[in-house]
Order: sequence, then structure tokens, then C-alpha cells
Amino acid sequence: MTKRQNSLLSNLYIFVVMAFLYVPILVMIVYSFNTSKSRGAFLGFTTKWYLELFQNESILSALANTLIVAVVSSVIATLLGTAAAIGIRAMKKRNRDLIMNFTYLPVMSPEIVMGVSLMLLFVLFRIDFSLFTVIAAHITFNVPYIILSVMPKLRQMDQHLYEAAMDLGCTPFQAFIKVMLPEIMPGIITGFLIAFTFSLDDFNISYFVSGERAQTLPVLIYSMTRKRVSPEINALSAIIFLVVLTVLILTNVNDVRKEKQMQKGGRRG
Amino acid sequence: MKAKIAAAPYLLWAALFIVIPMGLVGYYAVTDANGAFTLDNFAQGMHFAPVIGSSVWLAIIATALCLLIAYPLAYLISRKSFNHQRTLVLLVMLPMWMNFLLRTYAWMTLLENNGVTNRLLGLIGLGPYEMINTQGAVILGMVYNYLPFMILPLYSVMTKIEPFLMEAASDLGCSPGEALRRVVLPLSMPGIATGITMVFVPSVSTFVISVMLGGGSFMLIGDLIEMQFLGNAYNPHLGAALSLVLMMILLICMALTDMFSNPEEKEGLLL
Repeated sequence: MTKRQNSLLSNLYIFVVMAFLYVPILVMIVYSFNTSKSRGAFLGFTTKWYLELFQNESILSALANTLIVAVVSSVIATLLGTAAAIGIRAMKKRNRDLIMNFTYLPVMSPEIVMGVSLMLLFVLFRIDFSLFTVIAAHITFNVPYIILSVMPKLRQMDQHLYEAAMDLGCTPFQAFIKVMLPEIMPGIITGFLIAFTFSLDDFNISYFVSGERAQTLPVLIYSMTRKRVSPEINALSAIIFLVVLTVLILTNVNDVRKEKQMQKGGRRG
Repeated sequence: MKAKIAAAPYLLWAALFIVIPMGLVGYYAVTDANGAFTLDNFAQGMHFAPVIGSSVWLAIIATALCLLIAYPLAYLISRKSFNHQRTLVLLVMLPMWMNFLLRTYAWMTLLENNGVTNRLLGLIGLGPYEMINTQGAVILGMVYNYLPFMILPLYSVMTKIEPFLMEAASDLGCSPGEALRRVVLPLSMPGIATGITMVFVPSVSTFVISVMLGGGSFMLIGDLIEMQFLGNAYNPHLGAALSLVLMMILLICMALTDMFSNPEEKEGLLL
């Protein structure tokens, strides 16, 4: 096989897999403009599902719930997780390994088990399902991701910097703010973003702890797909896809720009 | 150093929301409705052995298909120029940010008896085929939803394999196929291990894909558990026992894949 045929074949393969990933999403977007309520035939163009979506109060309140839960839980998880990473780092190796292995547990165990275990806890202690139970559950599955993304930054950091700052007259708190925090900030931000997106996206755990009143968007979507065919879901998907696409393109363009600046700076230096 | 204290709030939180709840699952699994010790729940769970077996089997097929599709793709992406790599990886990740319920719903539109695929096939005189509510549809749903989880860890190990290693292998007399088998394959083992766990775990424990694409006719262990807690068959004791069985299955899976990778590497691959 010649080199050209080879690269043609490889591009074809990439194209086929990408088509597999994107055709369902594209079909859904097309059908969000379908006049007919049925999922089969495309009868004509309309934007009424988008209008209905924005008038559907249960969807809007679920959206609000989702955002509240995501913001509150990822902020609290970030605080808890960053402190935990610093504390665990200061421990003896044996304890550290023990706790880190334990931290992996929720990451590796199936979400449904965490969901039912938290459900049992809330039911047993007669805590009614509300936004609080959902937030508590989200914090629980988010903290490990913060620890796991802050820990490598702590490991890379020169331990002596912190001590040097204290030798030079910083209080431990000042040394933390001025020396340690800037070093581990990238890890904290990555962790926060992971936690935030996981929280927005979570269904498997929220489903067991949200009850009727604190439904998040994914939980509502599930009940919509079960009850009837609802073209509003298509419209919702189209909007979400567009939002995600925009955010990704913006962050990516930003990354590229930063890199170019760094390259320029590198050449000068 | 007093810095250790910083971990206290997390440990307290984990005790309250991880240790106690997991303890409750264990407690419920070995007690009956009156709180007396019993192993009945596990015995009852064994009645569902076929369901458990088919969950594991479907998840294995889905994981194998993901590996088959993702391995060449990850390799091909990793040999592209830097800018192309970035774009392609972004394209792989983009669907992951759409909720998996929406992605599964999209397949309902495509596979229904009077859905898009059957209509297209009808135009050329084929079908209609019964596609939704089959095992194939459930596997398809798993592969579609979790394929990126396989591609990304594979890509992240393969992009670190230097092209000169391949050149060296061919200089030393390897055919391209041999170079792939003897250089790329061993170096990509940690990625394979991570990918397998990341696809197998959600596949074997799903309780949604089976309902949406299997029409409830193919019950998986996840559906069984869900029914015991939120469904008509309310029986948290049996549900807890089944949860423990599910955990055991996953521990076995992880022990098998763990032979390929060490924890330090795992940390980098997960994120």
C-alpha cells in the first residue's frame, strides 16, 4: 500500500467514527424543527418547540435547580478537597496511601451504588429529599476529583518554598496565600471545572436523592423520555449542544492564543 | 506540622457520606425487614443469576467493541500533526458534554420501528427491521455513550509514544505490523486498562440504557437494583445485596485490569 492510500484510509476511518458520534446528535437537531410530534416523519419546519421549552415551567425550574446544585456543590467540594489534599500531603506515607486509596473508592465504584447508599442514609435519618440532599450527594462524588487534581500539583511543588517563606517572616497563613496557593492554583481550577461539569451532568446519583421537588434537569429529562414522546427534548438538546460547542471553541481559541504568546515570549527570552 | 488538620473536614465528610452509607448497604444486605441477621437476600439474589450474567456479558461485548473501534482511532489521531490532534480530541470530547440521556434519546429516534433508519431503508425497499428493544440496541447504546471513555485514555498514552521508536523498530527489521505489536501495544497497556475500566463500570451498572433502548425487556443488574429502591418491587434489603454483588463484579474487573497499570499513572489518566 502506498503512503497516500494509507493516509486516505486512516482519514476515512476517523471520518466514519466521527460520523457515528455525531449523526445522532445532528438528527436530533434537525428534528427539533419538525412540525410533527412523531419522531418518524419530517413534516415541516417550525420553531414552536423552542418557544414551548421556554414556557415550560418544570423545565425552567429544573434548570435553576441544576445550576444552583452545580455552583454550590462544586464550590464547597473545591474548598473541602483543596484543604484535604494539603492535609493528606502532610501525613506520613502509610496514612497518606491509605487515605488516597480510600479516596479512589467513590471514583471507581458504580454511581448507582453511591446513589442507593446515600438514599438509604437520608431515608433512615428521615431527611426529606430536597436541594440539600442533592447538594450533599454532589459534594460527596465531587471531592475526590478535586483531591486527585490538586495532589499532583502539591507533589510537583518545591516543599522548601513554603518553609523559606516562613523563615522570611511569613505567618503560615501568609505563606499559604502567597506561596502555596499560586503554585497549586491550576490544579484547583481544573478540579473545580471537572466537579462543575460532573455536577451539571449527573443523573445516576441525583435520581436517587432528588425526590419529586428537587429534580435536576437530567432527572426531569429522564421522566420526560419515559412518559411520552416530547419534541421539546430535541430542542433542549440542540440548545445544550450549541452552548457546549461555543464554550469549547472559546476556551480552545483562548488556549491557542496563550500558547502563541508563550512561544513568542520564549523566543525573545 | 499542623497541616494535617486541613484534611479533617474531608475525613469527617467522607465518614458521614461514604463510610456510613456504605455500612448501611452492608447492614441492609444481611438483615431482613425486622432487622434480624439473614443471608436470604443473597440467596434471593441468586434467582437473578441470569440477569447478572447477561449484564456482565453485554458489558463485556460493549467494552470489547469500544476497544476495537477506539484503538485504531486513538493511534491514528496520535500520529496527526499537533493542531489536528487538538481538534480531533475536542471532537471526541464534545458529545461527552451532552447528557447521556439526550444521546440515548437520539438513538430512540433513529432506531424506532417507524424511525429515521427504517424510513431511509424503506426508500430503497428494505425493512422495516425491528431494531429498538433488542439486545443489539442496548449494546449500541453502551458503545455510543462510553466510546469517548475508551478513546481518551488510549490517545493520552499513544501520543506519548515517540515516532522514532517506530522508526527504530523498522530499522531493526520489524514489519509495520510487528512494530505495532511489539512497540505500540506494550506501551499502550496502561491506557487499555484504564479504558476497559472506564467503559465496563458504567456499562455493567447502567439502569437507563436498558430501559430506553431495550424497552424494559432486557433487564440488567442496574435495573434490578433500581426497582428494589424506587420501583414497585420495593425491597431495599435485596437491593443492597445486589449492590454488593455488583461491587464484587467490579472489584474482579479492576483486579484484572490493575495488573497492567500502577496507581501513579492512573491518576494522570483519569483527569
